[in-house]
This record gives sequence, structure tokens and C-alpha cells, in this order.
Amino acid sequence: MISNGLILAAAEGANPLIPNPWEILVTTVGFAVLMFIVVKFIVPALEKSYTDRVEAIEGGLAKAEKAQAEANAMMADYESQLADARQEANRIREEARTEGAQIVAEARERAASESARITEQAQAQIAADRAQAAAQLKGEVGTLATTLASRIVGESLEDDARSQRVVDRFLADLDRHQSAGVSE
Amino acid sequence: MLPLVLANAEFVPPSVSDAHLPDLLPWGAHYGTGFGKQMLLVLLSVVLITAFFAWAMRRPQLVPGRAQWLAESGYAFVRNGIGRDVMGEKNFMRWVPLLFAIFFFVLVNNLFGAIPLIQLPSFSHAGSAYAIALIVYAIWIGVGLKHHGPKYLKLAVVPSGVPGWILPLLVPLEIISNFIVRPLTHSLRLMAVMLAGHMIVMLAGAGAAFLITQTGNPLLAGTGVLVILASVALYLLEILLMYLQAFVFTLLTALYIQGAIDANDH
Repeated sequence: MISNGLILAAAEGANPLIPNPWEILVTTVGFAVLMFIVVKFIVPALEKSYTDRVEAIEGGLAKAEKAQAEANAMMADYESQLADARQEANRIREEARTEGAQIVAEARERAASESARITEQAQAQIAADRAQAAAQLKGEVGTLATTLASRIVGESLEDDARSQRVVDRFLADLDRHQSAGVSE
Repeated sequence: MLPLVLANAEFVPPSVSDAHLPDLLPWGAHYGTGFGKQMLLVLLSVVLITAFFAWAMRRPQLVPGRAQWLAESGYAFVRNGIGRDVMGEKNFMRWVPLLFAIFFFVLVNNLFGAIPLIQLPSFSHAGSAYAIALIVYAIWIGVGLKHHGPKYLKLAVVPSGVPGWILPLLVPLEIISNFIVRPLTHSLRLMAVMLAGHMIVMLAGAGAAFLITQTGNPLLAGTGVLVILASVALYLLEILLMYLQAFVFTLLTALYIQGAIDANDH
């Protein structure tokens, strides 16, 4: 019943295969307009967005890689500088140590030589003083002896050649005696 | 429009004529019909596609928003999924705009059939299907002639590496298959699927309305409710088919053009 009706209805209705020429025209024109818009605006915009993104991502990666490399180089640089600085510090410390030791040694040496010099000088002084004292004593002893002898024997020995000889002999004896005492 | 209003308790199913609404504007009516709903929808699809992509890509961001993502995914689907995969890296870029326009033109016009109140897939009308298939037909033949010169007509119908005695049989078949059947199937496949879907929706609607309102039998009215429920499943199937037909139509376009470019390798 229904299938009969369907067939009848289909037969009565328009043939779906016969096109309406206006629809062909409208579709063709509509598609042409769409094609124009797509070629002119839509596809370029989408392609641009796509290439922009690709570029941005690839550029970002390249930039990150570059930054990483730079950071690595900087790190290595810092490390080498640090090592250099440490080595330098060690060197300076070592140098200071040797220099200090040298200074101490020099000072010690200088002090030793100074003390030796002072001792020597003092001994020379003492020797000179003694020589002077001996010479002075020698003169004074002569005078004292003469005075003492003239007092003992009276005025006879006052300026006599004999008295001169006695004094000389006494002094020579004294000298001899003294030098024998020193050599002893 | 449905014949049910006659209410003679005899179910009259909707016919193909019911898919053709009266003209909106009477101009040109004496050449056939005037300006109808279907033509309005075809033009509306152009406006909608343009508006959507212009809006989605108005300020392209490196990290796309939802609309831009959708637009770019749709574009990438046609560009890579159909264009590059079918036509190869070498020459697909040249054809991406055409494939893109065809895919979205067919898709939006098909989806009109799934939108309540509009509910008319434009390509259920043969005129539109013929027009778009004819454009593709002209393009791939033009591409073949451009790439191979007049020799293309021979390349397209004489398969290479076939014994000579079989050629008298093969060549007519190839001519029929490539130059007559191919554009017909290309257009009719789309038109028939869309029309069938449209008819099923109409039939389900008319049948349910008849069962519920005209029979006066509560059991039959109940089956009418079942018809409505089943039509929801059919509706979802329709949406799938609408998408699938747009995909198939575009895929075949790419295959035909690629076939014309590579005519000497088959």
C-alpha cells in the first residue's frame, strides 16, 4: 500500500535528475566568488599563520640553542678565570712566603754582621784606649818618679845629665818588666 | 506543503517535489523557476564560509584561540589530509585553494540539511551537484591537456602495457568510464545521498505526524513516537554522511586532478 503510494508519488513528482538551470548558475557563480575569496584572502592568511608559527618555533629553538651555547661558553670562561685566579693567589702566597723567609734571613745576617762589627769596633776602641792610657801612664810615671827621687836625694838630681840617665834606665827596666808580664 | 492536511486517513508520502519549495522571488520564473530557498542557501554558504574564516583569522595568534584553532585544523585537514596525501609534496600546494573551497562549499551546503528550520541540503538539488562536478570535470581535463597537450586524450583512454588485441574492447570502456561515468557518478553520488537523507527526514516527519494525528489509534500513535526517536538516530547518521560526502567529493577531485597530471604513468 505504502510502497505503491511511494512509487506513485515519485512518478508524480519532479524528476530529481533534471536540473534547474538557475541553480546551476547560482552554484557556479557562488563557487566562483568563494574561490576568489579563498585564493585571494583565506588561504594566504592561513598559510601565513602556518609559516609564521613554523618560523617562530624554529626561531625560538635556534635562539634557545644559541643562548644555551652562550651560557655554556660564559660558564667555561668563568671557570677558567676562577682557576686562573686561584692559581695566581697560590703563586702570590708562595712568593710572599719565600720573600718573608728571605727577609728574615737577611735581617738575621745583617744583625749578625752588625753585632760582629760593633764587637770589633769596641775591641779596637778598648785597645786604643789601653795604648793611650799606657803611653800617658809612661810619661806620668817618669815625671812622678823624678819628682819622688829628687825629694828623696835632695836637689842634686834636679837637672843633671845623670838624673836623666837614671830615669831612662828605670823606665827601660819598667818596660822590660811590663812586656815580660804581658807575654807571661 | 505536506499532503497530510487532506486528512483522508490515507497516508500520502512526501515526494521529491516537496524538496522543491516555492520560489522566494518570482523573477525569471518564466524560464523555469524563480529565486528559491536552495539558491539563497548556496549564496549564504559563501557568506558563511567567508565570514567564519575572516573572523577566525582576523588577528592570527601564535598560540591560536578556539576559532583560529578550528579554522586552522579545517584548513590543515584539507591541505595535508587530502591535498598532500593524494597529490604528493611536489604539486599539491597549487591545488590547495581549490580543494579547500570545494570541501567547505560542499560541507556547509550539506550541513544546511541538519540545521532545524533551514533543513535543506543544497546539493540534494541536481543543478548544484551538476554545476560543481562540471567545474571539477573541466578543471581536470584542462590540467591534463595543459600537462600533456592533445596527447592527453589518448593517454587517458589507452592504458599502457596492455596487449593490442584487447584495446578495441578497453578503449571504449575507458572513454565511457573516464569521460562520461566519472563526472556523472561524481555529481550523482553527492546529490543522491543528500536527497535520500532529505527524503528520509521528510518521510520520518510526515509518517510520524500521520501516525500520531491522523490514525486516531493510540497504538499507532505510539509507533509514531518511536519513529520520531528513530529519526534522531537517522539525523546523526545524516550528519556523518554530510561530512563524508564533502570529504569524498574533495578526495575524488584531488584524485582526478592528480590522475590528469600523471596521465602517462598509468
